[in-house]
Amino acid sequence: MIECKLNIQLEGFKLDAKFTIPDKGITVVFGPSGSGKTTLLRAIAGLEKGDTGFLKVGDSIWQSDHNFVPTHKRQIGYVFQDAALFDHLNVEGNLDYVIKRKTGLTEDFIDSIYTLLDITPLINRSTVQLSGGEKQRVAIARALLTKPKILLLDEPLSALDLKRKNEILPYLDSLHSQLNIPILYVTHSQDETSRLADHIMLIEDGKIIGNGPINEMLTRFDLPLSHSGNAISIFDARVMSRDTDFNLMHLEFKGGQFVVPDNKLPIESLVRIRVAARDVSITKKKQTDTSILNIFPAVVEEIVPEGDAQVMVRLTLKGVVLLACLTRKSASSLKLDQGLSVFIQVKSVAILS
Amino acid sequence: MLSELDVSAIIVTIKLAFVSTAILIAIGTPLAWWLSQTKFKFKVIFEAIIALPLILPPTVLGFYLLMTLGSNSPLARVLESFGGSSIAFTFSGLVVGSVIYSLPFVVQPLQNSFSSVKRQSMEVAATLGASKLDRFFTVAVPLSRSGFVTAGVLGFAHTVGEFGVVLMIGGNIPGETGVLSIAIYDHVEAMEYAQAHLLAGGLLVTSFVMLIFVYLFNRHFSIMRYKD
Repeated sequence: MIECKLNIQLEGFKLDAKFTIPDKGITVVFGPSGSGKTTLLRAIAGLEKGDTGFLKVGDSIWQSDHNFVPTHKRQIGYVFQDAALFDHLNVEGNLDYVIKRKTGLTEDFIDSIYTLLDITPLINRSTVQLSGGEKQRVAIARALLTKPKILLLDEPLSALDLKRKNEILPYLDSLHSQLNIPILYVTHSQDETSRLADHIMLIEDGKIIGNGPINEMLTRFDLPLSHSGNAISIFDARVMSRDTDFNLMHLEFKGGQFVVPDNKLPIESLVRIRVAARDVSITKKKQTDTSILNIFPAVVEEIVPEGDAQVMVRLTLKGVVLLACLTRKSASSLKLDQGLSVFIQVKSVAILS
Repeated sequence: MLSELDVSAIIVTIKLAFVSTAILIAIGTPLAWWLSQTKFKFKVIFEAIIALPLILPPTVLGFYLLMTLGSNSPLARVLESFGGSSIAFTFSGLVVGSVIYSLPFVVQPLQNSFSSVKRQSMEVAATLGASKLDRFFTVAVPLSRSGFVTAGVLGFAHTVGEFGVVLMIGGNIPGETGVLSIAIYDHVEAMEYAQAHLLAGGLLVTSFVMLIFVYLFNRHFSIMRYKD
């Protein structure tokens, strides 16, 4: 577990970060620019120093009342926004910078990092011969060679164009599935968040306003994500079977089964699915003569107005929480209320991995 | 051809330049690093003191050095009480004078280079486990390579070329403090133009070659100011 209670006073800005996050998985630090995301990462790395604070990562205390461990003695992997490779060294030199300073790195470990990020073809290049995506791969590998107790990624994709982003995302997916350390990932991109996050930490004006599992953060009405205009729900599913006649596949999730166009993923693969609130509609009785394939029974949990003409409805289906965005008129004619049992129709589903 | 005196002047000059440059780099590096990193309000005062030799007549500097180092100075008395003696009119005295006189030519290019080392590069090194001193030598120094070349060559060349300070505190003792620039002056005084030509021409060519070297290494070379 990571326990953090840090106060940093900068010119015209104050960071007041108090939170605990689990020691596995990706926690996305999400917030508008200037909200203190980068300052938070820098404080965890010891690059910004506050007067008071407490920081514990795993079993190491990096900051407490009488103790401030300097950056070079913290086991952190920090990936800067623009990769920040040393230009006076080539790719190998950048990686050796860590290997020379870190004792007890085995060949196997180094090889595993190189394989994870496909470093071998780049090893003899100079840093100016790398594309933006390749630079980030080297920067991530360099950070991982320190055997960090926590990996900090500061908007690693923001300097890249869409093509480069798509090149590097699969590597981030494999970090996600293969690393056993907590990852703090700073971004203001909803796409990256919904694809990568296990947890979301929301930050606004230097304060943590919410922190928890991704779908809880997306669907809580007291937090801004459910009101952002493109509210979504995210949950995990598994490819169960395929229907070759119609070229469809069946995805099993806790609340039932989705039928979606077949995208050739092997049976048993785990996928993450995203449902947009505006693609969900509600009926009182189960429709049979409809084109919509994905219909589930659900219970209304809470309804809040969304603008003048719409309402946002949070529903649960066997423990899975989902949002639906309706007009206020429909909600009123259906007499929607808390605890009412309804059917939801999901018009479309996005598969994220 | 070169007289015995000329040869000894060349040897003393080269020895002086090497010793002074080594000391200049050793003193100038931490000084320039401090100036490039500090947020100290009154750092301009230090910058101005270091830059003084750029505009002061060398005789002024030489005069004060003589007052400080000469045999009647308090410093000389302290030295004498420890069994030493005044360093005015000795090789050591020349070295002290040269170091002070050439300091801006070493500090400014170094400060200029150090200022352009991104703070982020140093922070990255820290996250990779490098201590303060380690990051200075493995990141700041290699990224400031051109600054070191400029500083070294300028410090060396400027020491070779000095006249006024040397005249005031050196005293032109053959084999000890007799340097090239004064040897040329002596030849001209004695109307030995052929020998003056030989030494002056040699210096001209050497200086030119050294400057070409500096410019090749550092295209943004400026002696008078560093860029923020």
